[in-house]
Amino acid sequence: MDVSIRNVRKEFDRFPALRDVSLDIRSGELIALLGPSGSGKTTLLRLIAGLERPTEGAVFFGDEDASHKSVQERNVGFVFQHYALFRYMTVADNIGFGLKVRPGATRPPSAEIRRRASELLDLVQLSGLEKRYPNQLSGGQRQRVALARALAIEPKVLLLDEPFGALDAQVRRELRRWLREIHDTTGHTTVFVTHDQEEALELADRVVVMSQGRIEQVGTADEVYDTPNSPFVYGFIGESSSLPVRVEGGQLWLQDRTLGLTAEDVPDGDATLYFRPHDVELITDGCGGCIAGTVAASRRVAGTRRVELEIGGDRHRVEIELPIEHPAAQKNRVAFRPRRWRVFSESGAVGGPVASNGRVHHEELARTGT
Amino acid sequence: MSVEALSRPLPDGAAAGTLAPVSKAAFKRATTETTATKAVLIGIALLFLALVLVLPLVAVFVEAFRKGAGEFLFALNEPDTLAAIRLTLLVAAIAVPCNLIFGVAAAWAIAKFEFKGKAFLTTLIDLPFSVSPVISGLVYVLLFGAGIVLGPWLKSHGIEILFAVPGIVLATIFVTFPFVARELIPLMQDQGTGDEEAAISLGASGWQAFWYVTLPNIKWGLLYGVLLCNARAMGEFGAVSVVSGHIRGLTNTMPLHVEILYNEYNFVAAFAVSTLLAALALVTLVLKSVLEFRYGDEIAATAKH
Repeated sequence: MDVSIRNVRKEFDRFPALRDVSLDIRSGELIALLGPSGSGKTTLLRLIAGLERPTEGAVFFGDEDASHKSVQERNVGFVFQHYALFRYMTVADNIGFGLKVRPGATRPPSAEIRRRASELLDLVQLSGLEKRYPNQLSGGQRQRVALARALAIEPKVLLLDEPFGALDAQVRRELRRWLREIHDTTGHTTVFVTHDQEEALELADRVVVMSQGRIEQVGTADEVYDTPNSPFVYGFIGESSSLPVRVEGGQLWLQDRTLGLTAEDVPDGDATLYFRPHDVELITDGCGGCIAGTVAASRRVAGTRRVELEIGGDRHRVEIELPIEHPAAQKNRVAFRPRRWRVFSESGAVGGPVASNGRVHHEELARTGT
Repeated sequence: MSVEALSRPLPDGAAAGTLAPVSKAAFKRATTETTATKAVLIGIALLFLALVLVLPLVAVFVEAFRKGAGEFLFALNEPDTLAAIRLTLLVAAIAVPCNLIFGVAAAWAIAKFEFKGKAFLTTLIDLPFSVSPVISGLVYVLLFGAGIVLGPWLKSHGIEILFAVPGIVLATIFVTFPFVARELIPLMQDQGTGDEEAAISLGASGWQAFWYVTLPNIKWGLLYGVLLCNARAMGEFGAVSVVSGHIRGLTNTMPLHVEILYNEYNFVAAFAVSTLLAALALVTLVLKSVLEFRYGDEIAATAKH
């Protein structure tokens, strides 16, 4: 089932939680809504489910406007952050609940409900736990029961709110892989909310990066990681270093030195350069156009060494990664040039070596109003 | 503290610690008091309990059985007494279910929805607790009394409110009305709307969500509230006294009957009826403790108040 969110705005007591959000979700896709807390991702999920009503805009299920349909009519499977399993029901009754409450004509006989429940328990790999109560299960098991319960009603769309938020790292990784498998088997259109970028990038077909009630970028893991289209996305996904620069005639300048980086489409003026600390090229023989600084701090991170460099007269600090064997020590001078980078001017123009692809994407978003 | 510390004569107060030899006794936990202080505090509490609670309770039973079990049973078997017992049970049987329904509805509205005037409603629910029971009764006398519109109109239609069972029921409902609601509101607020949302997202109607999800979640808290409500409904004196009219065999509840018997110097009968009320109190207390012990985390009163 395609889901289309069109120009949705949502306010809580005048406080805007979502500002004019549009998003098209294709049938069978696994989508992650990623953002910091307060970015509106859970609100968007609840709007799709019908648990919230948009202040403006519409939600389409296929070609049908579902905006005024109740939660019950939308037939979505919703997995809550804290699972919301019914405490006084056994696992089997929890899973069968959605079938049991159907109106008489469409309600399957109770034997059929039981059969379906144990089938779903097999699917979520909890066979034999029908008679248990939720408080007799571990966190990961509860999560699986919650998912089985949501799947029992044969939902058009599966929505998960921070599905792994309350689990420890080990279980989380395991369930992540498992959710992907379930998705591939059942083929449901699935949307999940997370603040964990690793989870989003690893699991989702497409990631929707959100911030302050807006969609910043929609794209595959590669797209949002390699060509972030805003300073926010650059800062939020993966690690990044930034440096205030000046653009003059398509060239990037740091005070009186040229950096050897060209950004032709960016208008003259102040801008900010973003790059990944690990994606830099060290320059050893003289510096005709590079970023050079003195090592202010150095620390060992797993297989690499992270150094903080003080750049230029105003000692702006950036972080880059050096190989372990690099001899850089305190006060040493290190020169480098980012391999992959982007520059965002104050007027909102974007430039960089991978600009063309990214810019098209950006305009596309601008047109759709995101 | 160790045994030797207990046997050693210790002066009062904090100086005790410093005088002790370099033994374990020298260490005093920050949150504990010296033995002497403990003994005094516990002693005061026990003495007070004995005087104010245990002694009167024992006295009730002693007085009731002063002339033997035969007299006790005879006093209870008296027609007016039986009528009072019947009336009390009847009033409780009407008032408690009413307050159960009202309490659940009010708690449901307050805990699960946002609406204007919610704070006002919450305050209003507590009103019967803050108003003197006599005033509660008087309100009904003023409302349904002969001097005001409602009284004569009802009378002309053959409906007796004051000095009749309906008045007693109304007064009892008014006085006991916060018990269930007050018990459920914090409990339901604490539980939030997550389970209900889950239920409706699975296709349940509002009523199904309430019946299958909300009600089981609050059942022990509800039982607890009903228990307290019932105890108060059967024991209420002030408000009922004002509206009842004290007609023997007709509008006398047990507490009122006790007073009448006592004023007639019929001590054995008065105390015999009192034993029933005391027994009700004890049974309530035991059930309440069982509920608190067994389902403490699902009863708001133990966690929140």
